[in-house]
Order: sequence, then structure tokens, then C-alpha cells
Amino acid sequence: MSNDWYSDFVNSSFGKSIAGSVGLPPVPRLRRYEPGQPLLSGPALLGTATADGRVAKVVRSLLTDLGIEVHDDPNAPVGGGSSSSKVAAGIVDATGLSGPMDLAEVQAFLTPVMRRIGPSGRVLVIGDVPAEAAAPAVRAARRALEGLVRSAAKEARYGATVNLVHVADGAENDVESTLRFFLSSRSAFVHGQRLDVGTVPGFSGSSQHVDWDKPLAGRTAVVTGASSGIGAAAAATLRRDGATVICVDVPASGDALARTANDIGGSALQLDITADHAADTLLEHARRHGGLDVVVHNAGITRDKLLANQDRDRWNSVIAVNLESQLKINDALLSSDVFHRGGRIVTVSSMAGIAGNRGQTSYGASKAGVIGMVDATAPLLVEKDATINAVAPGFIETDMTKAMPVGTREAGRRLSSMTQGGLPVDVAETIAWFAQGASYAVNGQFLRVDCQNYLGA
Amino acid sequence: MATTSSSASSSRSLPRRAAIVGANRIPFARSNGAYARASNQDMLTAALDGLVARFGMAGEHVGEVVSGAVLKKSSDFNLTREAVLGSRLAAATPTYDVQQACGTSLQTTLLIANKIALGQIEVGIAAGVDTTSDAPIEVNEGLRSVLLAANRAKSTAGILKALSGLRPGQIVPEIPANREPRTGMSMGEHAAQTAAAWQISRRAQDEIAAASHQNLAKAYDRGFFDDLVTPYLGLTKDNNLRADSTVEGLAKLKPVFKPAGYPDTEATMTAANSTPLTDGAATVLLASDEWAAERGLPVLAHFVDAETSAVDYVHGGEGLLMAPAYAVPRMLERNGLTLQDFDFYEFHEAFASTILATFAAWEDPIFCKEKLGRDEPLGSIDRSKLNVVGSSLATGHPFAATGARIVPTLAKLLHEKGSGRGLISICAAGGQGVVAILEA
Repeated sequence: MSNDWYSDFVNSSFGKSIAGSVGLPPVPRLRRYEPGQPLLSGPALLGTATADGRVAKVVRSLLTDLGIEVHDDPNAPVGGGSSSSKVAAGIVDATGLSGPMDLAEVQAFLTPVMRRIGPSGRVLVIGDVPAEAAAPAVRAARRALEGLVRSAAKEARYGATVNLVHVADGAENDVESTLRFFLSSRSAFVHGQRLDVGTVPGFSGSSQHVDWDKPLAGRTAVVTGASSGIGAAAAATLRRDGATVICVDVPASGDALARTANDIGGSALQLDITADHAADTLLEHARRHGGLDVVVHNAGITRDKLLANQDRDRWNSVIAVNLESQLKINDALLSSDVFHRGGRIVTVSSMAGIAGNRGQTSYGASKAGVIGMVDATAPLLVEKDATINAVAPGFIETDMTKAMPVGTREAGRRLSSMTQGGLPVDVAETIAWFAQGASYAVNGQFLRVDCQNYLGA
Repeated sequence: MATTSSSASSSRSLPRRAAIVGANRIPFARSNGAYARASNQDMLTAALDGLVARFGMAGEHVGEVVSGAVLKKSSDFNLTREAVLGSRLAAATPTYDVQQACGTSLQTTLLIANKIALGQIEVGIAAGVDTTSDAPIEVNEGLRSVLLAANRAKSTAGILKALSGLRPGQIVPEIPANREPRTGMSMGEHAAQTAAAWQISRRAQDEIAAASHQNLAKAYDRGFFDDLVTPYLGLTKDNNLRADSTVEGLAKLKPVFKPAGYPDTEATMTAANSTPLTDGAATVLLASDEWAAERGLPVLAHFVDAETSAVDYVHGGEGLLMAPAYAVPRMLERNGLTLQDFDFYEFHEAFASTILATFAAWEDPIFCKEKLGRDEPLGSIDRSKLNVVGSSLATGHPFAATGARIVPTLAKLLHEKGSGRGLISICAAGGQGVVAILEA
């Protein structure tokens, strides 16, 4: 049982019968990742919008290598069934669009896909990067895909997701970890979003020889704010994927931190990340493990006040923890060989940093600030073959949201395209994917894990 | 007898020195407060789990865990083993219990350090725990005699006969008291006599107490305890700490323990310059240098030597808590050191007067000549090097946990300084004392 009584009710047999007749919105049960789970639970439809599509063949070889049944025709009978049988995924390569007219090909493929996509299915649109096109008609067509995807996401049902991946010119062979993330149930709560691959030039890396069940094997990770909530889930997920995890939190949370660390066989480091010596202490601790591969900046605080009632101390404490500490630690990482070549920095932003939130001027500022930090830091990391990305959680079921007033909490849950809140592990899955060595071409990105929460629109 | 000049003796030729790698304790809590419902086993388990987390040792097998408690229920006969089984350490980790009053966990540290030095183990955990809140309560001796007699009886009639010995007064239980069995005097009464004998002033005691609180507060503020303490049951700091303690403020407290046998001496001891009853647990991780290096763990300091002593406080005219005054010179002699050869002095503040009486004795030519057989006094110490991050008057003093608080405190101070030597002194009930030297 979750603490979401509405979801429990409409998913009960009695609740289902009532909900159907009086029109209560359903709350789909989302398929979530477990080790060993197949990438897709059924057949896939794979379309190409233009003859110049660059990515379809990479997708096809990935799926067929995994033994997944793939059909080009969106109306094809699948799995020995009919042309209306459910599919696990519908993927359209929409690269190479020459103008808005070509969008009709995308529509023609996706229309049957939307009818056939199964529970927790995956609809993935792959496009070119709009900014790489100079011609207005081309860029317009590329940009149009985003509106299509975001709208289609609001129409999808039963836990199916619809997302858009932009692949930079020349990066079509660097998308495997991204395809695996968006097609698998690791992206259960990522819905109606866009992500760019290969847009920061100079990246290098490989997806060869990756153990996809343990993609972080042999890597050492730090997670700040690891005593509870998203941080604890991130630590556990990184561990599940093979990493050794250093769990960091303020000394006052040390008992919960010790439990997190002991649960996953990691180590606990009690540290105030705003202290002058924080970066040094962190790097010193990491030397125990021979260095550091992954840093997850998750620690954050809220000191909510209307701007009209704001004061400097309250303001500064939020900026210091949520933003300045990360900048200082990143500087130290960049200038230290403890942070290994091929390292990954992942920072936790928030929908409040994208859309704003009443009473959260300081929090919103700090969480928007980290997106600016990611933009500017990404090119600096290229020479170390490292990356930095941000995840922006929406309404996630944590102790923080449990403490919200009922009305706000219910609005937070229902006003998303999945009519429910996400789980800490949903954010953690995105963090763990950014952290993979195989995600070398994903740099300078932010991804919302919020199923299009309307509060963050 | 030579005083200080002999070189390091051959007794120092152990195969290797044990390293102090790190530590963890829970904040110490005043009696019947934050930990009122926590048992010794609960607290020791929590302290061990914090240590395991700090060093990423979940599921690991450790050579030995040695711990103990002064106030211990009979059901806790295997206290350390039970705590280890409830902790995140590998269940195959062996343990044993030791009890030497307030010296317990300096003695457990010594035991672990010696086994490491001899190569019998590579890594071990020394610990101690005590609760004065969840104290063992025993049945009255009279009731116990009756019940045991009934148990021995072979017939129903015999059982009834034995039980006929029951009396209403036997319902009153035995509660452990802070009292020396052979003198019937409390520890405070003993300490008051020693303070009077050495003419320790009230102000000097209050200065020690105020410094202890101020130093502990400053150490917390600078994050000194961030890697030594893990919160427990809502407590993040020792709750006996009064950061705003001043000599002037402490001077207003009412003194207790008018010293028996010193009719002209006023009482000088107060609730502030005596340690309060406290609950808590502390652990220290010791290992060989090789073990630490394999894991990339720091060596904070090495355990150099230790000495345990006892005095005849019953008939011998010596103060109950004066044993360290005898142990330290013997240990210095053996190591070719003088009292002044230290960068830090970590002296357990059972009472402020205890350490002041010890210092006075070492400065006194008569005591040093008659009791220690020395031609010259040991001299005085540089007080600015004493308990620089606070001690028992501020942290509180869960009896068996104090040594395992002090050892890592000193080790970390030496590690911060980069090199140096520190002296630990702990007095214990029964007229005993344990002292040790650490070096970085």
C-alpha cells in the first residue's frame, strides 16, 4: 500500500467498477525497472519519416540484437495476433525533415501507434537538433516535433510515455544508453519530455563492452543529501547498478545516513557541504576508493517565504546549500585528479526552478541557477571526457510531500499526465542513467521527471 | 632512581604499533533524558553501526570487538556479542566483555592494540557503553536467599517451608549506587577528601569546568566531531554541554560534599565541576598499518604504551582517584619521556578536583619523593594543552564509554597537528587508573 489512498482505491476491484461508471480519472500502475527485466515486454513498431533518417538503423540493430520483434508497418499484426494487437513500443525516426509537410509522415506512423501502445508502453520520437538547421522551414519542422510530443503525452494512457530525443548531426552512433533509458521502465515517470544527445561537441566514449545489468560496475559515486528521499534512492540505485557509493549528509542527519550507507554497503560521510573545507574533505574521503567517477549534487533545503517577507539570512542559506556549494565542489573536481577522466556530475534541479512556485523565490532561484551551472560547465568537462546534467523532479512521494496540506498534495499528484506522484526511485533512475559511462554523449542536459506536472508547466 | 633520563626501554620492542583509524560514538545524554528508554545493547549497537557506516564495513568480519559496561544486567552477560549480532558487522565477528569501571574502554583499546601489535589480529573495535537510566535492578538479598532456598528444596513441604521466610521488606529492590563497597562513601565524598588534602580551590575547579564546556562547544562549531559522532534518538550533540559556561556563572552554584575529616575546609565541589550521570556508547577502530593502507584509510595516530595501576584507598591513605598519579611516571620512565614531552594532555575529568590533585601531586617534591621514589618532582604541564576540545565535565561520562571517547579525540588532535605525542589519563572506581600514550 502506498500513502496515495486515491490510487489504491481506483485500482481496487471495487474502486475500478465505481471509477468506470462515474468517470473518476484512472491512476495507471507504472511498470518499474528490476534487474534482469527485458528492455521491452513485447514487440516494437519502428517507423522512418524520411528517406534521410539517420537513427532508425541504430535502433533496429539494438532491438533485433536483443531478440525483440520489430515491424516497420505501424498496422502490422504482431506477436501472432492482429493489426490491433498491443505493442510495447512505437519508435519513429523523424530525422531528415525538410519542412512542415514531412510532419504528416510522423503523424501517419504515430496515429496507429497511439491506438496500439500497451500499458507502460514507450512512444519515442527521434529528431534532429533544431538549432543545427539554418533554414526556417527545416528548423520549424524540427521544432514542431516538440509540440507534437508534449501534446501526445497528454493523450497517452495506461502508463505509456511519449518522449522526444534530439540527436545531433554525427551522434547517431552514440545513442545506445539513451535509447535503452527511454525504452526501458527506468524512465517510468519521464513523460512528454525532450532530451538532446551529442549537442556539446568534442565528446568521446564508447558503449562497447558495457554490462547493461551493472552499467556502473567499478565506479565510485558520491551522493549528497543521501540520508533520505531522493538521495537515499539515488544511492541505492547507483549501488544496484554496480557503483560503490559514498553517502553524504549533514552531521545532524547522521543516523539516517548511516542506515542508508549500511543498507547498500557504502560509506557515510557526515559533512556540511557549505563548509569551506567541504570539497577537500569529500575528495580526501574518495581517495579511499581510489578516486571518484560520479558526483550527485542532491542536497538541498527550502526556507519558503513570500518574496515580500523574505530576509537575507534565509535567502542566503538556500543559495549557499543549493547552488554555491555545488559550484565550489565542481571547481574542486575539475582541478583534481581524484575526479577521474570520464567522470559524471549530476545535479538535482526542480520544477520550481523551471516554472516557479509561490513562496519559493529562493528555492526557485537556486534550482534555476543549477541549470545555468550545467549549461556553462558542460563544455568545460569535455576535455576530461566528463559530463554534467540536471534532473528536475516534479511531485515525488517523499517525507517532504507527505507533510504537505492535503489539497496541495492531491493537486500535485493528480495534475500530471499520469494522475499520480512519482517515486524517489524514478528520479534515481534518471540520475543513474546520466551517471553511466555509456551516456558520454549526454551532456549539458536537464530532464524533468514529473510526467508533465501542470504545477511546473 | 633516575627520574626522566633513561632511553626507551626494551619493553617497547613490540613487533608493530596498532593504528587508531577512526571512531564513532553517539552523543552522550544526561541520565533519564534522551536515552532513558535505550538499553546498553541498543546504544552499543547504534554506535557500532555508525562506525561500520563511516568506514563502509557493512558485512565485514572484524578480528575482535571488545567492549563492556559498568552497570550491566545479568541478561547482558554477552553484551558485546549480542550487540555485534544486532549490528551490520559480519555475525562471525568474535567478541568479549571487559569491565574495569571508568577505565573500561581505555583498557579494551589496550587489549585490541596489543593483539594487533602481536599480529594476532589485523583489525579490531574497542568500545564501551553505560546507562544510568536503564540501570539493572536486582531483587533484595533477603528475597534472593528465600527464592534460592525454595529452588533447592526437594519436596513441596520444603518449598513451602522456604517460602515461609518471605517478609514484606524483601520487596524493596537493590538499585546500584555510586558508592564504594569497602568504604561506604560515594565517589564524590572520596573526591572531596582528596581535594581537601591537596587544598584544591573552588575557583581552580570552576576554571577547569568552564574551559571544558567552552572547548567542547568550539570543537563542535568547527566540525571537529563530524567524523567522530553520529546522532542517536534525536540527539546530535552531548546534551550536558553548556556553551555559555563561565567561571563567574559556575561560582554561583551551591557546593556539596563537605570533606569528612577536614573540619576547617569548606565544600568546593558542585554539579558543574563534577561529572553528571550520563548514558552513551563509544567505539574505536584499531588496525595494523597494512590493513588501513589496503583500504586507503588514514592512520590518525599509533597506540604507543599503556599502564594500569591501583592504590590502597581503603587503608593506605591514598585518594580513591589518585591511581593515575602512580601509573603515569612508571609509563614515562619506561618510554624515556618526561611529563613535559607531550603536545596534548587528555585527562578524564571525573571531578575537576581529581585532575588538579593529580597535577598538584606531580608538582609536590614530598609526594614525588615519598610515594613515587623520585628525587625530583615530575613538574607541571602546560595547561593550554589540556583537554583542548573539552572532556568529561562537558561531554558527560558514561562510565565504560569514556576511554573510547578520549582515544579517538586525542588521535584526531594529533592527526590534525600532523605529528606529536599525547597523554591519556583515566581514574576509575576501586582506586584504579589507566593511562596511555599515543603518537602521530
